Amino acid sequence: MRLEPREQRSPAILILYPGLALLASVIVCAALVMLSGASPLSVFGLMVKGAAGTTFAFLETLTRATPLIFTGLAAAVAFRAKLWNIGGEAQLYIGAVMTVVLGTGFLPLPQPILIPVLMLAAMLGGAMVLSIPTFLKTRFGVDEVVTTLLLNFIAILFVSMLLEGVLKDPTGLGWPQSKKVIAEAQLPKLIQGKRLHFGFVVAIAAAIAVWIIDRQSTLGYEMRAVGHSPKAASFAGIPVNRVLAKTALLSGGLAGLAGMSEVTGLKGNLTLDLSPGFGYTGIVVAMLALMHPLGVIAAAIFVAAVFVGADAMSRTAGVPSYIAHVMVATSLLTMVSAIMLTRYRVRWR
Amino acid sequence: MGKTTAGERETVLRLSGITKQFGALLANDDISLSLRRGEILGLLGENGAGKTTLMNILFGHYVADAGEIEVEGKVLPPGLPAAALAAGIGMVHQHFTLAENLTVLDNIVLGTESLWQLSSNSQKARTRIRQLAQEFGLEVDPDAIVASLSVGERQRVEILKALYRKAKILVLDEPTAVLTPQESAALFETLKRFVAKGLSIIFISHKLGEILAACSRVSVLRGGRLVAERGVAGVTRSELAELMLGRSIPQAKAEIQKSGEVVLGLHGIHARHNSQVLDGITLDIRAGEILGIAGVSGNGQSLLADVVSGVAVPTAGTLALKGATLSRTGPRVMVNLGVARIPEDRHAEGLISDMSITENVISESYRSAEFAQRGFISWKKARGFALKIITAYEVKCPSPEARVRLLSGGNMQKLILGRVMANNPCLILANQPTRGLDVGAVNYVHEQLLAARKRGAAILLISEDLDELLSLSDRVAVMFRGQISNASPRESTSIKDLGLMMAGHGLKTGNQSHAA
Repeated sequence: MRLEPREQRSPAILILYPGLALLASVIVCAALVMLSGASPLSVFGLMVKGAAGTTFAFLETLTRATPLIFTGLAAAVAFRAKLWNIGGEAQLYIGAVMTVVLGTGFLPLPQPILIPVLMLAAMLGGAMVLSIPTFLKTRFGVDEVVTTLLLNFIAILFVSMLLEGVLKDPTGLGWPQSKKVIAEAQLPKLIQGKRLHFGFVVAIAAAIAVWIIDRQSTLGYEMRAVGHSPKAASFAGIPVNRVLAKTALLSGGLAGLAGMSEVTGLKGNLTLDLSPGFGYTGIVVAMLALMHPLGVIAAAIFVAAVFVGADAMSRTAGVPSYIAHVMVATSLLTMVSAIMLTRYRVRWR
Repeated sequence: MGKTTAGERETVLRLSGITKQFGALLANDDISLSLRRGEILGLLGENGAGKTTLMNILFGHYVADAGEIEVEGKVLPPGLPAAALAAGIGMVHQHFTLAENLTVLDNIVLGTESLWQLSSNSQKARTRIRQLAQEFGLEVDPDAIVASLSVGERQRVEILKALYRKAKILVLDEPTAVLTPQESAALFETLKRFVAKGLSIIFISHKLGEILAACSRVSVLRGGRLVAERGVAGVTRSELAELMLGRSIPQAKAEIQKSGEVVLGLHGIHARHNSQVLDGITLDIRAGEILGIAGVSGNGQSLLADVVSGVAVPTAGTLALKGATLSRTGPRVMVNLGVARIPEDRHAEGLISDMSITENVISESYRSAEFAQRGFISWKKARGFALKIITAYEVKCPSPEARVRLLSGGNMQKLILGRVMANNPCLILANQPTRGLDVGAVNYVHEQLLAARKRGAAILLISEDLDELLSLSDRVAVMFRGQISNASPRESTSIKDLGLMMAGHGLKTGNQSHAA
């Protein structure tokens, strides 16, 4: 078996193959659901209902999508420039740390000023975290996949240390959690009495901003050129290392915003379970979106819907909600394969 | 075997009706060839004529859509490289496939012994290699490390590798690309010895002179089709050229012209990168002249090009442009000073293959006021610039949005020319500007360089094609092991002199002011 590149891609293939990919992942998951002794039809029905069947469910999906849009953008921005940022988790947590350090009363500012300040601080925190591996990469050639990944564990342990120490809420009954952010630091809810918050709007705006940077700005051009061919970019006079440094600031900043948005929009304080792997899931989101900033919004909502739907389903149907992870994983695998098949044809012999 | 005339000899290899299509491109269209025992068959054709595809089918790397291959009367199963090897077909690639950190012996034996065999019978192998080397005149020490060998010696190892596997049919793909003229002549002698011993050879080339010197018969491919088969005895160079191109092409010739002031001055440049060194390079290039640099590849030409294009920073020595010594260098510095840089590798360095034509033409100037304002690119202006280049340089492409990867080598080079010539450069660095181009595109590039010379640009032309150097350059210098000879006027330089200097003879190192 071998792959031969296709000279041109027909539109039919571009629509058909991703559709088939989704179908294939549904079939694989259906088999797993049957193994666990439930009916696939009712399980998928419950998932759809749980993710989008009611206003509440749909808003919950969007709430869950908010941090994924940020971390998805962070991954997409970095991956476009071939800066393999696997450290979204660390950047998210350090962004959250900056938020609770400044937002729990240290800065007594009115809301319209405090919130932008906290956003900037969180971005700065995330950006600094990614700048370390990027510096090591450009200066010493250290593989950033390893360093960004390992920094995740360092960051989590660092946060744990802070939550047992200086940031520990004295009224928290001994739990490792920070104080709540002050009222001025809280992001307003979009709908009274629901969990969906202003962070979602910021996430959409961030996606549009990244899209404009990517398409229209010199920086976006430089990042794409460096991603496609560092050698040709550097020959043409594009300062590759400086572009990677800027990419790190942008990518880390976006992941840092995810932490800020979760703390000030949803949780109110920083705990060690602030992120159930949003940093890692962001990578999946970016891949599903083919690194397109606007595609990240759709991909994040899809992934969030699978998780929220699976949570709801497992409460009723008794199938473990881990099925959500399997679904996201299989849909990523089938989608990536389908996209490859739109570019290459398989020859058997 | 042993019959007297070529016509009566038995056929050892027969390709019949080979057809291979890649998408819309018909790479091989019903090609039939036969190779007789004891002959050297030339396979002549431009890049893209289908030579490589045909040989890949012969070796089982590709499966033909139609057609059949017979070796000594037996049909070769398609798509099985192992079957081709077992049938006695040996290939010597243009780019060697040797493991540099192993010995000659290890390289030759590699892959011929079973994986499960615990001991390797190296004494026996050594004896056989010595025997083969002696029999075919391929002197090489079996215990030498490949990295220590010269390019010519490495080629001998490649050939020995094929012979060790009992190859009866040798395919040589552009074997002279890395050799000096003298080494090429020696190779032709060796090949003649091979066929006298009953081997059969397919010699792939796009150089007419070599085909005439080495082969007994020639098959000409054009656009995937076999257009002619001739005996070399009754054919002329110009006839072959026309068969290969399908038209006749006038050669660009440099007119006599007085050169002006010094544009680029290198003084005692030392640099080092990977295995390449520059060991005190001093040279001047004047306005309105082409300075040609010859040399066997790997003697420092690439590094010299990197220094002039700003990619490599010299460890010692000075670089002066129009009399002003440069305090710092870099690709952007050079571009801004009006240096047009045509890189050696247009795929990896010159262009970003996965980006569009528009995106590629602005890669050196996207920050200039012409294309960018406050950090945002005006894609409308960029597209206009791309369209201007496409029309002015006759780039064949579907649209400025097309990815550069889809262009042919010649069109890629035209794009690079358009980009670097846009601002009327004072210095043009052309590093292997015609490598891998078809003859039409080669001629186009030559005309562009000569036109720039006429405008008064200084041109540094680095090339491995001696004909090209001698037809374009006003002066020619030779590089050898990081040093450079005095540039001598074209009129007093012959291919033979250049060949000797490329091999290291008569290089006057005393003139290098900072030579170690």
